[in-house]
Amino acid sequence: MGNVLIVVEHQDGHVRTASLPAITFGKKAAELHGGSLELLLIGKGAAAAGAEAATLGASAVFTVEDAALEHYLAETYAPIVARVAKEKSASLVAATATNFGKDLLPRVAALLDAGMASDVAAILGPKSFKRPQQAGNVVAAVEVLTDTVVASVRQTEFAPANSGGAAAPVSAIAAGAIDARGAAFVSLSTSKSERPDLTDAKVVVSGGRGMREGANFKPLEEIADLLGGAMGASRAACDAGMVPNDLQVGQTGKVVAPDLYIAVAISGAIQHLAGMKGSKVIVAINKDPEAPIFQVADYGLVSTWEKTLPDLKAAIQKVIAAR
Amino acid sequence: MKILNMLKRIPDPEQKLKFKGTAVDLTGANWVPNQFDEYAVETSLRLTENASSGNARTGEVVVASIGPKEVQQQLRAALAMGADRGILIDGNDDTLDAEIVARTVIKLVDKEKPDLVLMGKLAADSEDNQVGQLVAAYLGWPQATFAATIEVVEGGKALHVSREVDSGVETKRVALPAVVTVDLRVIAPSAVKNGVTAATHAYAEGPRYASLKGIMAAKKKTIEETTLDKLGVTAKQRVKTVSVEAPPARKAGVKVGSVDELVNKLHNEAKVL
Repeated sequence: MGNVLIVVEHQDGHVRTASLPAITFGKKAAELHGGSLELLLIGKGAAAAGAEAATLGASAVFTVEDAALEHYLAETYAPIVARVAKEKSASLVAATATNFGKDLLPRVAALLDAGMASDVAAILGPKSFKRPQQAGNVVAAVEVLTDTVVASVRQTEFAPANSGGAAAPVSAIAAGAIDARGAAFVSLSTSKSERPDLTDAKVVVSGGRGMREGANFKPLEEIADLLGGAMGASRAACDAGMVPNDLQVGQTGKVVAPDLYIAVAISGAIQHLAGMKGSKVIVAINKDPEAPIFQVADYGLVSTWEKTLPDLKAAIQKVIAAR
Repeated sequence: MKILNMLKRIPDPEQKLKFKGTAVDLTGANWVPNQFDEYAVETSLRLTENASSGNARTGEVVVASIGPKEVQQQLRAALAMGADRGILIDGNDDTLDAEIVARTVIKLVDKEKPDLVLMGKLAADSEDNQVGQLVAAYLGWPQATFAATIEVVEGGKALHVSREVDSGVETKRVALPAVVTVDLRVIAPSAVKNGVTAATHAYAEGPRYASLKGIMAAKKKTIEETTLDKLGVTAKQRVKTVSVEAPPARKAGVKVGSVDELVNKLHNEAKVL
């Protein structure tokens, strides 16, 4: 078979941590494909981020920069990924299943006449993968039947690739003709937070509908900050406008798998569980003893958040002080 | 504006799944429309009506589904909400994959010549999240996936679509014809602005209920029945499901009686504090 090409996301000249698990996946896939692992970075700052990516264990890093590629568009990026994949004899193309990967990769698969496995959680063979379906209630073994394989990689199921290896050669590739097909970037509004990214955090503290209003998230934030964690929320809390939508954990929103997930006043709809069931330790605090969240919780406390959170904060402070 | 809206029926996600050997046992399953596709129908209707003037139709919505005869029920429900016509393509989920579905959509596009192909961002059963992107790629059209808001701009020649992306909310312009896949927030009261309905109009949250009048009217609307063969779909499956199983069950948890007991267990037993 051929080489493995991983599309690496980057921002401000740095590799996004979300891409590191896809590189780990790529290493395993390259062994099974009997080829080498190669990385591709496209867009503004690709060369700078490419130098950083060079130490992540790949044999080669390719970068493509062009003024017309400043903002990501599936329409302009997909043909470049497909072209590089062909030029470099890739038999597998993958990226992390972030919103970027989910948007881009099917378009790449179409251009390569390749079958695509979405949201891969494990590699069974060069073209065989395990992937969750039905909001995490089914694990399917799928086989891609085409010569070339495209895969999106579930971020929480592969360890992040480590840097520190010998630097691989980084080479710039020309963008070639660019056709946005009538698509254009208009604007991006980002919400900056001092807290770690929801998908990288070791601890996630989430609130649900039962928090009633945004101001009530304050004690949750304080606990998250004590533990160096990130804030999360259920769909209900986001929809009610209590917290920004980018905090949503679930089938829509982010998939997280921290060491500790604390769900407060979240009932546990299956769409929410799909986004956090992979967490190592789950704590549920809910006043309703029948709430489905208790079925996946390692530790459940039947209580209101009003009563629990001040005590919880104090108890955690005590543990931290004693370290 | 003419919209082709894809709709898949799926086993009710709230129902407990049964397994038979290495497959999911769907005998006796309760079938429901894929929620994201149902939201797409609501979006299609909002794009093709004047909500400031008694929801007068200003465009056409064709709802299509691939499945067994029973999908009539889900299509009829979409027609009762207000969609204009239905197309039912006979097909069995086991022999389909994203590639075959995408090629079928393209045959429908050839036939119907819509300005917009709209569907949910994924089917909540298979969760491939591929069909919209594949259709756009094969047609050479722009795509806007995971739409949270949609605004008709440039006198109906393009859309501005806001999408929840990893770093925030991105707004993307797509010239029509285009493919748009919708996410949950597209059914918020002011998420869709079609340039006809007053910009200040606020819908009730969620997909609309069919009125009695709508249900009666739906009985008279046509659902065309066709097959993959008749449409000329020759695509072969590219991804095969070999087997399915239940995920490993989580070890049963315990209920704790107090915050102190909880923190003690997190510290000394789970060692995560």
